[in-house]
Amino acid sequence: MSTTSSTIINLPDQRTATLPKRNYLNNEHGLLSWLLTGDHKRIAILYLISITFFFFIGGVFAGLIRLELLTPQPDLMASDTYNKMFSMHGIVMIFLFLVPSVPATLGNFLIPIMLGTRDLAFPKINLLSWYLYLAGGTFTLAALIFGGVDTGWTFTTPLSTHYLNTNVVTAATAIFIAGFSSIFTGLNFIVTIHRMRAPGMTWFRMPLFVWAHYAASVLMVLGTPVLAITIVLVALERTIGIGVFDPTKGGDPLLFQHLFWFYSHPAVYIMILPGMGVISEIVSTFSRKRVFGYTAVAFSSVAIALFGFFVWAHHMFIMGVSNYSALVFSLLTMLVAVPSAIKIFNWAFTLQKGSITFETPMLYAFAFFGLFTIGGMTGVFLGALGMDIHLTETYFIVAHFHYVMVGGMLMAFLGGIHFWWPKMTGRMYPESFSKLSAVTSFIGFNLTFMPQFILGYLGMPRRYHAYPAEYQVLNVLSTAGATVLGVGFLLPLLYLTWSLRYGAIAGNNPWQATGLEWQIQSPPLTENFIETPIVDHEAYDYEWLAHKTQQEVTTVG
Amino acid sequence: MDNAVVVTHPHTHETAVHEEHHHVALPQHRHHFETEEQQREAGTFGMWLFLLTEIMFFGGLFFAYLLYRNWYYDAFVSASNQLNVTLGAINTVILIGSGFFMALGVWAAEVRKRSLLVLFLVLTTVLGFAFLGIKYVEYHEKWEKHHIPGEHFDISEFVNPPIDAKTGKASEKPLAPDMAQKTQVFFSLYFAMTGMHAVHMIIGIVLLFWLTWRAYYGEFSSGYVAPIENFGLYWHFVDIVWLFLFPLLYLINRHPLK
Amino acid sequence: MSDAYHDPSNVTNPEHADHHIVTPLQYCMVFGALLIGTLVTVLAADIDLGVLNPVIALGIACTKAVIVILFFMHVKYQSKLIKMTVGAGFFTFIVLITMTLSDYMSRAWGLW
Ligand code: HEM
Ligand SMILES: [Cu+2]
Repeated sequence: MSTTSSTIINLPDQRTATLPKRNYLNNEHGLLSWLLTGDHKRIAILYLISITFFFFIGGVFAGLIRLELLTPQPDLMASDTYNKMFSMHGIVMIFLFLVPSVPATLGNFLIPIMLGTRDLAFPKINLLSWYLYLAGGTFTLAALIFGGVDTGWTFTTPLSTHYLNTNVVTAATAIFIAGFSSIFTGLNFIVTIHRMRAPGMTWFRMPLFVWAHYAASVLMVLGTPVLAITIVLVALERTIGIGVFDPTKGGDPLLFQHLFWFYSHPAVYIMILPGMGVISEIVSTFSRKRVFGYTAVAFSSVAIALFGFFVWAHHMFIMGVSNYSALVFSLLTMLVAVPSAIKIFNWAFTLQKGSITFETPMLYAFAFFGLFTIGGMTGVFLGALGMDIHLTETYFIVAHFHYVMVGGMLMAFLGGIHFWWPKMTGRMYPESFSKLSAVTSFIGFNLTFMPQFILGYLGMPRRYHAYPAEYQVLNVLSTAGATVLGVGFLLPLLYLTWSLRYGAIAGNNPWQATGLEWQIQSPPLTENFIETPIVDHEAYDYEWLAHKTQQEVTTVG
Repeated sequence: MDNAVVVTHPHTHETAVHEEHHHVALPQHRHHFETEEQQREAGTFGMWLFLLTEIMFFGGLFFAYLLYRNWYYDAFVSASNQLNVTLGAINTVILIGSGFFMALGVWAAEVRKRSLLVLFLVLTTVLGFAFLGIKYVEYHEKWEKHHIPGEHFDISEFVNPPIDAKTGKASEKPLAPDMAQKTQVFFSLYFAMTGMHAVHMIIGIVLLFWLTWRAYYGEFSSGYVAPIENFGLYWHFVDIVWLFLFPLLYLINRHPLK
Repeated sequence: MSDAYHDPSNVTNPEHADHHIVTPLQYCMVFGALLIGTLVTVLAADIDLGVLNPVIALGIACTKAVIVILFFMHVKYQSKLIKMTVGAGFFTFIVLITMTLSDYMSRAWGLW
């Protein structure tokens, strides 16, 4: 195989690849070897299975919501059933899917390998966070089985503390526990990144994936406890009647909003930063170029994390916060869009003159660019004080955050899963099917959520199960899109499972990517590296890779 | 050879050789750390990150306190004066003492004195229990006075403060009924904050039992101090929270009618 | 080539600090200082100093907390990394307070 030193367009021949005899998957056998494992890769797989489970549960709720909204009349379910539907949808998708999605699966799997170490700093705590996640999930399911909650994912007081007789406390417990799961994941990442880097792995040689996770972890560690205490106070208010948020006793419901959004705005960055990390890796690999402006992209992650703590009141513009404060928060909100834009521009420049190929992960990355850009830009609309008064609590918001969370994070997650699937399982996914699913999701997604922008702009409020008849056309489009989208998400589940057995054998480095994880066998050994690697090159150094490949060819052949 | 990354490096390297004179390989050394030094520092750093989350956890409560104290200052004063300063001060001293013994415990582990370590851990635990005991007495008093927020909360004492036998004057400034209602906010915060603090103490005491047990069997007297050290950090953090709670809750304004 | 130098305990790295044992004597002094601080807090609360009362109470509490952090918790002898971590915690707490207060303080200023 001959390659010139500047570009490598030929992917390696996979027919000669073989599955390594010993790897982390077959190192030990039996269910217990999984349930008691300390191996970050196995924990990542456990997480992958459990979040997929909750993703489809959340998906069922989404389907039911869209079905109800097919017609203007409330015909499928009663109004409080509908309230439960969107509440459970939000709680499951945000706390049990999006927050752990990329960090707990791909991050867990890859960060130690990318840093050249054998495991995360605290393997037992890592396992503990999976169990906490499961406990949180169980409580959520319990809340569901005992009749659901209908507060919305935002637990707005005094609605949640006084006016509802649903399972608020159970759901609150679920979120409290799941919160600690994400705190421990973040803590583990931060310590690992500071303390466990291989020799020569300086901060500015780390892949951008690691930088993004570092920033997200900081948010998890500093933001989540505020949610925890807020939730505790809500639960205490409900159960024993203390009066911190209760206006009849002198409490201030807006204090709840402040504390809740102090976490939940940073949380939206917990939900997007890891995805941005994935995109950096994919874009570089499939344009065979170093990420343009590496330092800027790295620091923009940190900047997002920092600014993320200064903008939360943009969720409260119409709730009676002071005008002056709202003005400040509005300006700061505009600022936070800047680092996101920096990333988008840098990725675009990475593509420029790259040797681009369109494997599935790259298709997902392109979907991310388009959808995240629209989502982020509409976020800026919403951050503008005057505009927000008109658009808040309408479907415009719903469209905005689905563009960033589904169009951004979910696409990045799927792109990442496809990208690292060969590494995680040792087998390729079927390329044609996966391309089909990427395109299907993209089309389905836009069909679902683009009409919602228009609906919101026209004034259709969110969280109602009936609407005036003139909105029906757009709602039908949206429901139709949701069906397509559902197919787009089901397909990967099927063919990825299929590929576990029948997929082509991947080989060590099917994409000719430069990360440390691609230089070891797939699936990796339990201890990742036979010998501690010494890093003497920058991240995304394709010349180094070409050189290395050449040397291997000459020594082996 | 597939796993070799660029230049690889065997595990016996120069630094490991010089590590050897002051570090015996400990059984507690985890394989994924290069050295025990690295393991210890990772542990300390991890613990500090955890304490960061604790700062933010209590931070939410402290902000709530700050807000309502400014809004309902008079109610906060009257309600705060219902708390028993003597008990609060004694508890502060007890907690400082407990922290002191904990610090000595860390020292004992560092200089590898097993029985001293056990002694200090036991003293730490005993003072921890003493703190909780006094807290219980205080809570009980609140219960009897109907100062627990909720349905049975009683504001009459704040609207018509009892007359002081000696001076013949009201012992406290009477509050208008709507302001008196706000004492409930104070007590809500009082119970939330001291309650959260007490929960942390209880968790700490449980851990102390476990650590004392392990210390008794000599686990921490051979140079492996990390668990003691990290638990110490937690225990001191809980102390620090109390150092703020005490003046904020008990000493808002102790001289209203002077 | 200094990068290739294998440095497992990060000696060349500012994140590392040597292990330092604080002596019992130092602990006793800290203990004494904390007790004095407590005494002063209680006494100061009984004197009417107006706005200075909470300022003094908090000032003493902060001093005590700093002493505990520096000596009991060994931060004085820790690496820069740990010091910055502690700082980051308090920084975020300050952000929470100031940004939220920016709303509460200006609410009464009325409309434009
Ligand atoms: C790029 C910069 C962004 C800006 C300027 C922005 C701005 C905003 C604003 C102003 C709102 C409040 C609208 C309202 O309630 O009236 C909002 C809502 C929301 N945003 Fe964003 N956003 C951005 C990125 C993101 C990202 C990356 C995510 C998630 C991954 C996200 C998720 C959400 C969610 C979930 C809500 C709605 C919360 C609710 O009320 O249920 N946003 N955004
Ligand atoms: Cu936001």
